[in-house]
Amino acid sequence: MQAKHLKPLRVIISLFFLIVATLIFIDFRHEFSEGFITSFLYFQFGPSVIRILQGFALVATGFIFVLILTALFGRVYCSTICPLGIFQDVISWLSIKLRKKRRPYKYARPHNILRYSLLALTVIFLLFGSIVILTLLDPYSNFGRFITYFVRPATVEVNNWFASFLTTRGIYTLFPVSEPSIRWEIMLFPLLLLGLVVGMAYKNGRLYCNTVCPVGTLLGYASRFSAFRIFIDEKSCTMCGRCNPVCKSSCINFRESEIDFSRCVACYNCLSICPDNAIKYSTDHRKELPEAAGQPSRESDTGAGNDKSKRNFLLSALVMFFGINRFSRATDSDIPEPEQDTKIPEDRDFPAVSPPGSRSLDHFNKACTACTLCVGVCPTHVLQPSLLEYGVGGLLQPRMDFHAGFCNFDCTACGEVCPTGAILPLTRDDKHVTQIGVVKFERENCVVYTDNTSCGACSEHCPTRACDMVPYIGELTIPEVNEDTCIGCGACEYICPTRPYRAIYVDGNRRHKIADRPETQAVDQEVDFEDFPF
Amino acid sequence: MKRRDFLMKSVGAGIVTGASLSFTGYNKMFGAGFNDNQGPYDLVAARGGEPEEMFDKAIEAMGGMESYVKPGQSVLVKPNIGWDVIPERGANTNPGLVKRVIEHCFEAGAREVVVFDHTCDNWRRSYQNSGIEAAVNAAGGTIRPGNDESLYRDITVPGGRQLKEGKVHHLVQETDVFINIPVLKHHGGAQITISLKNLMGIIWDRRWWHRNNLQQCIADFGTFRKPDLNIVDAYRVMLQNGPRGVSEDDIVLMKSLIISPDMVAADTAAARLFGATPAQIDHIRIAHEMGVGNMELENQSIHRIVV
Repeated sequence: MQAKHLKPLRVIISLFFLIVATLIFIDFRHEFSEGFITSFLYFQFGPSVIRILQGFALVATGFIFVLILTALFGRVYCSTICPLGIFQDVISWLSIKLRKKRRPYKYARPHNILRYSLLALTVIFLLFGSIVILTLLDPYSNFGRFITYFVRPATVEVNNWFASFLTTRGIYTLFPVSEPSIRWEIMLFPLLLLGLVVGMAYKNGRLYCNTVCPVGTLLGYASRFSAFRIFIDEKSCTMCGRCNPVCKSSCINFRESEIDFSRCVACYNCLSICPDNAIKYSTDHRKELPEAAGQPSRESDTGAGNDKSKRNFLLSALVMFFGINRFSRATDSDIPEPEQDTKIPEDRDFPAVSPPGSRSLDHFNKACTACTLCVGVCPTHVLQPSLLEYGVGGLLQPRMDFHAGFCNFDCTACGEVCPTGAILPLTRDDKHVTQIGVVKFERENCVVYTDNTSCGACSEHCPTRACDMVPYIGELTIPEVNEDTCIGCGACEYICPTRPYRAIYVDGNRRHKIADRPETQAVDQEVDFEDFPF
Repeated sequence: MKRRDFLMKSVGAGIVTGASLSFTGYNKMFGAGFNDNQGPYDLVAARGGEPEEMFDKAIEAMGGMESYVKPGQSVLVKPNIGWDVIPERGANTNPGLVKRVIEHCFEAGAREVVVFDHTCDNWRRSYQNSGIEAAVNAAGGTIRPGNDESLYRDITVPGGRQLKEGKVHHLVQETDVFINIPVLKHHGGAQITISLKNLMGIIWDRRWWHRNNLQQCIADFGTFRKPDLNIVDAYRVMLQNGPRGVSEDDIVLMKSLIISPDMVAADTAAARLFGATPAQIDHIRIAHEMGVGNMELENQSIHRIVV
């Protein structure tokens, strides 16, 4: 294959990845199967690394594949697989079209202190068991949040408009969808980061990937050792400089005839544009471009400055890490209804409940990068992003919001798609006894107690008889809870009609437990098919 | 067997059954209400067969679906699809019965038959796993969503004592004929769920009912829009742990079907099948008192079919 064909190939592959990744996160109709989603996201670097940190070596070879790919060809991941990277390419492309810039980019020196510090910070936090920096910086997870928080709701709006339009004309292929809206406080950081990414991409191409992104920096470091590298063949180069303004990474210093391959995202624009075939992509780089020190642009790549900044960040990281406190409580966003208010507040030990398959708050908070894929996949919308409900260490991670929905008894979707292993897959049978929290009943808030009328909504919805209706007064029955068979699905809390405090609610388990299976006794009734008792 | 042949034979079988019953003196045994071959009936009950077969015979005794559906009309069929469980669990209306009802509607000349339920579990999973979506499609009907507030319209309930207003699914107002197909089940909150309770699946805010005297609200809503026909599926009957149920242990194979244009009469008969005392089921008793229907079966013409 000729070098010139690499760019169109890259564009095709990258658009495929971008479009499918976007559709997966938008998929409010739940058309993608869990298996497809898992395979498609297999190569996402950040989540794959988190998986291996948990010891799931066999199922987490995605990032090893990416490392091998990088060792062979450079940062192909950044140009074709990383959805946030490709998203930036789209922004840059639009920017060029809109601003009509003929020379959009030019060589710039790397921001080594910043990029290596952010990578170091991410790694140090991970080593100390906190995923929060990766959560904030991981490109895949940020992309997931962008789509889930901003694009998906807009798509749902458009869908609903078309659905109502078509329905009045007798076409029912679209149906209205309502998804709980995400609180503005939660959107704040993703909005900020979106602004940063779009702003940087608009003006400076892939500057974000070479300054902020820890995955980019890591792969950049790895690509220094790549077999195939892009380099300038000094003998053929006429110093026309055409490569300089097309390099999204601003890493071609054509005057010095050198390319900073650690920042090259393998977009191959330069290969296509070079009229003299002076830009090569081969394994011959060694003799052409020795790893010589002393060149001005490389000075800060290596050496002491970097180590110093690492030490500084280690220090601040430690201070931050030990300053972390678990605090804040779940807020009740529901509007109180006009009936008489309930008086007794819900009393929870854990303000946030983690999804089934996440084993414990500890495991979940350490392994979730808040890509929010599960939030989109969850058919009942019980999984909602949090802000600080888990504490700072669990920033933005999804939690079970039993005011938004309840966990479908037979559904295991979140564990099947989770790319980091924060939510591990459960079989349906295991799910039926996985206790993520336990039911609490506040009798004096209950409608049956306060109004002496029937209700039983909680018991109706309970799949495990953890909430039974027992005789109360006359024909009235009142809930009685059994914590042993409760799995914490939250159906009771979701449907309980009392406000502002619910009479029945789920308190999370720090560590998930195994619930007892409900004891069932077969009904014993003789049936006489010829008997009509009326 | 072709549908027409089947129907002809069913009619034949019905006549034979009826005749044999009257000859063997079953009349006295069932009391004054037993008056075969004297249609039209207030209520028809069938026992001992498959849901489809029982329905064929029961609707025939009621004068056929033509008595309820006129050519060119649109029909709303409202089964219970509340739960994401398989048909064997008896938590949802029998899909075979739903299919057969829709087929009868089309044979009577229905222009379209639409089906929906405001489900408790996730609606798409419930539609699918209940087998009802497939049944509706197979019969040529249209299954429509019921789980979005945008689909519901403001209504008032002039006859209601507690329930004065609410929101009802737009299809209830836009269709000509309303056929209610509840499944007979135990119910932790409302004691038992049959025709009256099944209408909670066409309204939006069920929590308000639960919060404001559930049994009265169920009866009140009975004054809003009485279904043209109620078909109670009592084939697999959940006798405990309802309305969701825990396992198939909760089920008894009752192989019964009750049809009546009167919800209260249908519910009274079904409650007896269940083994309950209808007068102790508050919403049935209140609905009777409010004139929604008649729970005094003794004064009604009832046709009983043993299949």
